[in-house]
Amino acid sequence: MLAGCATTPSYDYTNLRQHPPRSILVLPPLNESTAVEATWGYLSTVTRPLAERGYYVFPVAVVDQFLKENGLPSAGEMHQVPLNKVAEIMGADAVLFITVEQYGSKYQVLNTATIVRARAKLVDTRTGLLLWDGRTAVQQNSNAGSGDLLSAVISAALTQVLNTTTDAAHNLSRPANGILFNTKGQGLLYGPYHPKYDQEE
Amino acid sequence: MRRLVWLPALLALGCATPSLYSWGHYEDLIYVSYAMPGKASPEMQVEKLEQDYQQARAANRRMPPGFHAHLGYLYFQLGKLDQARQELETERAEFPESAVFMDRLLGNLKKF
Repeated sequence: MLAGCATTPSYDYTNLRQHPPRSILVLPPLNESTAVEATWGYLSTVTRPLAERGYYVFPVAVVDQFLKENGLPSAGEMHQVPLNKVAEIMGADAVLFITVEQYGSKYQVLNTATIVRARAKLVDTRTGLLLWDGRTAVQQNSNAGSGDLLSAVISAALTQVLNTTTDAAHNLSRPANGILFNTKGQGLLYGPYHPKYDQEE
Repeated sequence: MRRLVWLPALLALGCATPSLYSWGHYEDLIYVSYAMPGKASPEMQVEKLEQDYQQARAANRRMPPGFHAHLGYLYFQLGKLDQARQELETERAEFPESAVFMDRLLGNLKKF
């Protein structure tokens, strides 16, 4: 059972319904985590769930390169771009601003916890209106509670080594984004390419 | 603040609608090209993405938003301007929402 599903009131989709975007420009995320790899570890898992939700998603690597070539060297500068410029130069209906808050594996002796936490907001480029925003937080533990102290310690240490070399947080970003966009009542409404577009959820 | 969602709970997230697109290696290549740049030469990426495209076509499936544009960008990096142009035009035809951006990139291509 997903946390908050039964008790959280539904998101107010008024703005999103009045200004439904067909295309979404996803900017490289701001990174509040201690992991420099979080930016691309997270961004490279956003396109798929967003596109499968029914939106046109601009190619993230091409966009990153294009913005860098046009005087915006990092996510910080990119997030400051005037929205009317984005509409004019790229033809995007909306921009998705993401901030990665936590990303990586924490070694806790008896457990290695991999956590990915992020927030996102979708803004209409022509009016500047906030169309939607959301949060996601996912954790995966090395210790499933088997009870054996020694194997928990060994498991946690091994997991920590493995995770840092295979970027477990990157793999956890996929379900994090799945939750972000797809949670009923909190996620994004279906976009124009989705068969259920405009249907009541 | 939202409570953390534990991984087992994610299995309850069903996907009732079948995939709209055939994703192949698209996102993985983007990840590798930034996380391990030495491991993702434009040549290697082009080869993988073209394979993905052939497989999708054989199964009558669509490529995702951005796929052709990304492939076009790789061809541009390889100096293969005609193929780059072709991919950008395919993106534009597949997804009219990309027209403004594709026209801008196509215009930039003309300068080479």
